[in-house]
Amino acid sequence: MPEATKPTETPLVVAESLVKRYGELAAVDGISFSIAPGEVVGFLGPNGAGKTTTIRMLSCNSPRTGGRLEVFGLDVALHPREIKGQLGVVPQDNNYDPDLSVIENLLLYARYFGIPARTARQRATELLEFVHLTDKAGEQVDELSGGMKRRLILARGLINTPRLLVLDEPTTGLDPQARRLIWERLRELRQRGVTIIITTHYMDEAEQICDRLLIMDNGKVIATGSPQSLISEHAGDEARNRPRGRRGRRSRNRAGRMPFPEARGQVRDIRIRLPGRARAHPQAGAADVVQRAAGNA
Amino acid sequence: MRKLFPALSLRLWQVWYRNFLVFRRNFLVNFLLPMGEPILYLVAMGYGLGVFIKQIDGVPYARFIGPGLVSVAMMYAAFFECTYSSFVRMIFQRTFDAIIATPVNVDEVVAGEIFWGATRAALNSTMVYVVVLLFGLGPVWLLPFVPVFGFVCGVLFASMGMIATAVVPSIDFFNYPIFLFITPMFLFSGTFFPLTTLPKAVQTVSYAILPLTHIVRINRAFILGHPDATLLGSLAWLLVVGTVAFFLAIALMKRRLIK
Repeated sequence: MPEATKPTETPLVVAESLVKRYGELAAVDGISFSIAPGEVVGFLGPNGAGKTTTIRMLSCNSPRTGGRLEVFGLDVALHPREIKGQLGVVPQDNNYDPDLSVIENLLLYARYFGIPARTARQRATELLEFVHLTDKAGEQVDELSGGMKRRLILARGLINTPRLLVLDEPTTGLDPQARRLIWERLRELRQRGVTIIITTHYMDEAEQICDRLLIMDNGKVIATGSPQSLISEHAGDEARNRPRGRRGRRSRNRAGRMPFPEARGQVRDIRIRLPGRARAHPQAGAADVVQRAAGNA
Repeated sequence: MRKLFPALSLRLWQVWYRNFLVFRRNFLVNFLLPMGEPILYLVAMGYGLGVFIKQIDGVPYARFIGPGLVSVAMMYAAFFECTYSSFVRMIFQRTFDAIIATPVNVDEVVAGEIFWGATRAALNSTMVYVVVLLFGLGPVWLLPFVPVFGFVCGVLFASMGMIATAVVPSIDFFNYPIFLFITPMFLFSGTFFPLTTLPKAVQTVSYAILPLTHIVRINRAFILGHPDATLLGSLAWLLVVGTVAFFLAIALMKRRLIK
């Protein structure tokens, strides 16, 4: 499953020595990657690693400082309209229109893409079905739960039938069941062949949906590969099986009994730790991967 | 060059339409209630205070302030729409971020917001003029021209509001442009008393930097029925300043939104 490369296809995204500087600070410090059609790629890393900045440059709303960045074979600086027309974006914030109903949010968004009203209505109805919000179509968005709002934003990101879907922390702050629903939808999209880029703090989320991960820290890509290979390469058996502190083990066991196995480790955050202190972390996985990758970089 | 000239397309009307949609939904609170205000002013000042004033410039006081109230409506509607309302959309609702993730660009978002603010100015000033007509203080034939002139003046005030929106660190800072610019205009643009009662220096400043002075001048001349060719100077002033403010608003908003 985790082919790191799907060769011979023209990549949808190509970044080469991509740099974004804010004054002295290099938010993105010379990263290179390419994304093939149909791939699901995760950008994993702590806050401030440069994930969101990369996403923003990709979505043509943050001019790069240096390097090359092409989406659908077009330079993001020169062809923002063409690119954005075929891009679906699920931002970190739920920036829906609180004054409008669920379906109105979708129909209005379709207008920004120039989608004719009839097509938009049909598409919006299908998408509400897809994200299980059909019975909420007429409700005010403010009255929805956190998970439902997130699904609405996901549906909105799909209104233009995008070639590439970009999600910035799609499940941060959601409860396990709500996260599970989002993941399920994303896996369904992956099966349909939609190319997806996702940023996340969570290793479990990355494991759930990504074919390939780019681990970022301090504006650099410090490791790349399939979730499985990264865990075994950088965390290894030691990290997976070594005895943990009592609290860690107990919480892990408790999590293991939860009704949704995907929910395991949903509170696991990524922390960069000093090498000597890595063992103190009660849980293996993402934290070890990032920390060790940082040590190897 | 790319930075100087905004990249505008008809997509900007989708941004306008978004605001229209929300406005229509909250029609009563947004529109009909504030319309009561000019009636209050007209009754309180025109007929209350007017008892003591008798006549200004040869007309009854209520007749004198009618054009002033129409002008103020053009200013308030556009300026407040593109300060508080636009700021809420930009910062609290992140509406602009949502829109610029689509083929609509920042320039069009800002232009759409400004044209929407101008539309509010057109609507509100027309409603005020209807009140003026109901009190029998102006000619009916002017009615269709009020929204047109209201839109033009609205672009100017909406752009000025947008400039403020582009630079304020938080929503409380709108108090500065309101205290330093809007309120002085409300009082010193010939709205409630003729500018000629003020010292010459103040009159000069008023004509030089206060757009409302020119608007009041034009509105009063037409509503009271004595337009003359010198009004073209005021119109030119408004068009030039409005155009500059429009382009400046787009440039400054772009600086704020694209990082």
